[in-house]
Amino acid sequence: MAATKASKEQRYDRQLRLWGDHGQEELENAHICVINATATGTEILKNLVLPGIGAFTIVDGHTVTGEDVGNNFFLSSNSIGKNRAQAATELLQELNSDVSGNFVEESPDKLLDNDPEFFHRFSVVIGVQLPESTCLRLGSVLWSASVPFLVCKTYGLIGYMRLVVQEHTVIESHPDNALEDLRLDQPFAEFQNHVKSYDLDSMDKKDHSHTPWIIIIAKYLEKWFSEHNCQLPKNYKEKEAFRQFIREGILKNENGVPEDEENFEEAIKNVNTALNLTKIPGAVEDLFNSEQCNNITSQTPSFWVMLRAVKEFVHNEGNGSLPVRGNVPDMIADSQKFINLQNVYREKALQDAAAVSKHVECLLQSVGKPPESIAEKDIKLFCKNASFLRVVRCRSLAEEYSVDSVNKDEITSCMDNPDSEMVFYLMLRAVDRFYQQHSRYPGVYNYQVEEDISKLKLSVNSLLQEYSLNVNIKDDYIHEFCRYGAAEPHTVSAFLGGSAAQEAIKIISHQFVPFNNTFIYNAMSQTSATLQL
Amino acid sequence: MADAEEPMAVDGGHRDCDWDGRWNHVRKFLERPGPFTHPDFEPGAEALSGFGVIHVVDMDVIDVSNLNRQFLFRPKDVGRPKAEVAADFINSRIPGCKVVPHFKKIQDLGESFYKQFHIIVCGLDSIIARRWMNGMLISLLSYEDGVLDSSSIIPLIDGGVEGFKGNARVIVPGMTACIDCTLELYPPQINFPMCTIASMPRLPEHCIEYARILQWPKEKPFGDTGLDGDNPQHIQWVFERSQERAAEFNITGVTYRLTQGVVKRIIPAVASTNAVIAAACATEAFKIATSSYIPLNNYLVFNDVDGLYTYTFEAERKENCSACSQVPQDLQFPPSAKLQEVLEYLTESASLQMKSPAITTTLEGKNKTLYLQSVKSIEERTRPNLCKTLKELGLSDGQELAVADVTTPQTVLFKLNFTA
Repeated sequence: MAATKASKEQRYDRQLRLWGDHGQEELENAHICVINATATGTEILKNLVLPGIGAFTIVDGHTVTGEDVGNNFFLSSNSIGKNRAQAATELLQELNSDVSGNFVEESPDKLLDNDPEFFHRFSVVIGVQLPESTCLRLGSVLWSASVPFLVCKTYGLIGYMRLVVQEHTVIESHPDNALEDLRLDQPFAEFQNHVKSYDLDSMDKKDHSHTPWIIIIAKYLEKWFSEHNCQLPKNYKEKEAFRQFIREGILKNENGVPEDEENFEEAIKNVNTALNLTKIPGAVEDLFNSEQCNNITSQTPSFWVMLRAVKEFVHNEGNGSLPVRGNVPDMIADSQKFINLQNVYREKALQDAAAVSKHVECLLQSVGKPPESIAEKDIKLFCKNASFLRVVRCRSLAEEYSVDSVNKDEITSCMDNPDSEMVFYLMLRAVDRFYQQHSRYPGVYNYQVEEDISKLKLSVNSLLQEYSLNVNIKDDYIHEFCRYGAAEPHTVSAFLGGSAAQEAIKIISHQFVPFNNTFIYNAMSQTSATLQL
Repeated sequence: MADAEEPMAVDGGHRDCDWDGRWNHVRKFLERPGPFTHPDFEPGAEALSGFGVIHVVDMDVIDVSNLNRQFLFRPKDVGRPKAEVAADFINSRIPGCKVVPHFKKIQDLGESFYKQFHIIVCGLDSIIARRWMNGMLISLLSYEDGVLDSSSIIPLIDGGVEGFKGNARVIVPGMTACIDCTLELYPPQINFPMCTIASMPRLPEHCIEYARILQWPKEKPFGDTGLDGDNPQHIQWVFERSQERAAEFNITGVTYRLTQGVVKRIIPAVASTNAVIAAACATEAFKIATSSYIPLNNYLVFNDVDGLYTYTFEAERKENCSACSQVPQDLQFPPSAKLQEVLEYLTESASLQMKSPAITTTLEGKNKTLYLQSVKSIEERTRPNLCKTLKELGLSDGQELAVADVTTPQTVLFKLNFTA
């Protein structure tokens, strides 16, 4: 039974409040491929199926074993002997009938041999518990096809993720602690006019106590300017003086005792942040200077066209500043004063967005595309988020693995602390090396644990030597990785399952910011690190 | 990869419901010594049968909006008790695991229930409930000559999530920081001031609160019933009134979704963050149950809004914690202070954050209730005490006050310290 729009809204209500209807739409149009329905693979899928991904395809040539059923919630003992892709798809599908579940009973290596373009159809490919050679092959194919690739591995109590995406743009990054965009240091004309409409000295008490703090600071800044050679309060001393200046403006009763004027207290409290200079964040300046921004062609994605338009705006109508965001925080004020003030900012934002729109039109025209190619509402959204734009570019696996471009600095500087999470990255690389040499992982059987320690140590040393890495890996870690015996404990798989699924959702929805580019989770100490390799 | 070539060192855990290889992943952590294991760890296979018995307590029934993340429930289960459906699902999916459901509030169960467990794991949705469970486990501790009997300790693993943020912590009652030790980590929820709602709305939320708090009780649109956030008709009514109010003040932004969010105090939630925190908690349960590793010490914070961020730290015990320090709490007031001031301190102080404390004391050998809010007749009888001074109430310096509150299953002892 197809779900009605209303019932989907109810079901997905809690997540719609995070990524909105448009984010949900992107999710429902996406098709994700997960390679290997191990515990990690199915846990990732669970967290994609529940929120309503459009479709998934499991690629897995393995047959279900008793061991698989032991750590995997989405396999049952009935599935032993069946193809793992098929068995897992059944139990994952029943989580959400809105989702289309598919499976391919084939190893990824075979698919790469026979049908390398198979993977081009996916929004994201997630490779789980892949041996190094398969990983690199897949990495190369997906890089050329510009398909985002997320590598995941659970190895004992260590979780590993590697994101491989060439260029991922984010307009809605939803920063946790964004600074307000009030322009008090460089008030625009319409705001100045609005401030002029207030005369604090002639107001009655009610109006005086309900004047928004933004107006109060603007008024006092004007006075300060005239007495301080048009300079803003700069250091602590001056800001203190400015706060005191505002405090003196609080009405006093007939006995000279200051009244309770919360709006003035708010103004005083907000002096510090209100005096922040309006400036373009470094990250955005970097984007302005990038190749894609300055070289607009008919192939250029709309993100860069809009960015270029904003850059043009900054150099013209914006007088060096980004389009006004248009939001004001709530503050003590009567309704009318607040709404009027809010409208001043909103109208300015609309005005700026319209100017950016004109630049967009020009740019589109210059490359022979119709102005409707980029919707008005998208331009408005872009302008609103202009300070928060992010672009994530990950290095390819080829770059990470090549002796010529390995990130030696990152590795050696992290390993100054021999217990940093970097040691687990190196151990995972060493274990891959061991696998390549011995066609098995170290310490899988009890009797192997002892003797594999020295073999694994050889793998470690050969790795460090090949990459000329002058670091020391403690024997304890080599011992521990033999002890793991390539086990994939469920709880660690589940941690990665949540983490990886959300990164995939970020990629698909283009909201929130994905990690760049390697994430290591240590379940022994419940710590993690993000490394750029 | 079945372990066929090597006979098991200890043939534990092969029950009828098990199959070959079932425990292959887990056993490596139980049978093998290693450099990072807990000092108390003894390799062996006795723990090889997974978590045998799990009791689940939940007072809720399943709602459609749970289905985006609560993976044990299906559309057909809507309306059924969560504890029961979860138990049914797991018992049928995981042979040999026995989940016993309790469709109850945690507060409906007592000492005799909780003391049977080795570990308690919480995924509660309120600070009050957490503090209650925290208090319950602290009350189970037994001391002999001031020394804590370690066999009376039941570790508490607590997880919480909000959108893309989450935390997991391990509490060893009587030994590590408890919930109340770190109460300042949970700042009290701020509500909009009444004057804003009543006469000076600026945000769509203010309009919604106006309809909820002021208009609903006055107009009683559906008779004498309270506003039920789960009733779409109720929400629709609030939505329409909010729109009217917003129009009056030229406020934009009132939507049905916002209305529901404000009325029900909805916290956004997704499957992924829940999975991460649940997994972290389960890892800790495993460590504690098997002594295979040193548990988290003791607080993990997670946030994946921008990349993935974790921060792990050791929350410290508070010397004079109202829950776990066993030291009577200090109350400093002049004898001329009114009881009302004491009440305000109990509710507003960041370290106490009580909800509706009931204050009793012993005067002339008899138990006397100074103020109690939750029973109407007693509230009316003791209300005049609020305006009386501590001296007028007959309290003396050093007097012990016993305070009961929903935030704790045991009364908290306070000692009055008269200031000048």
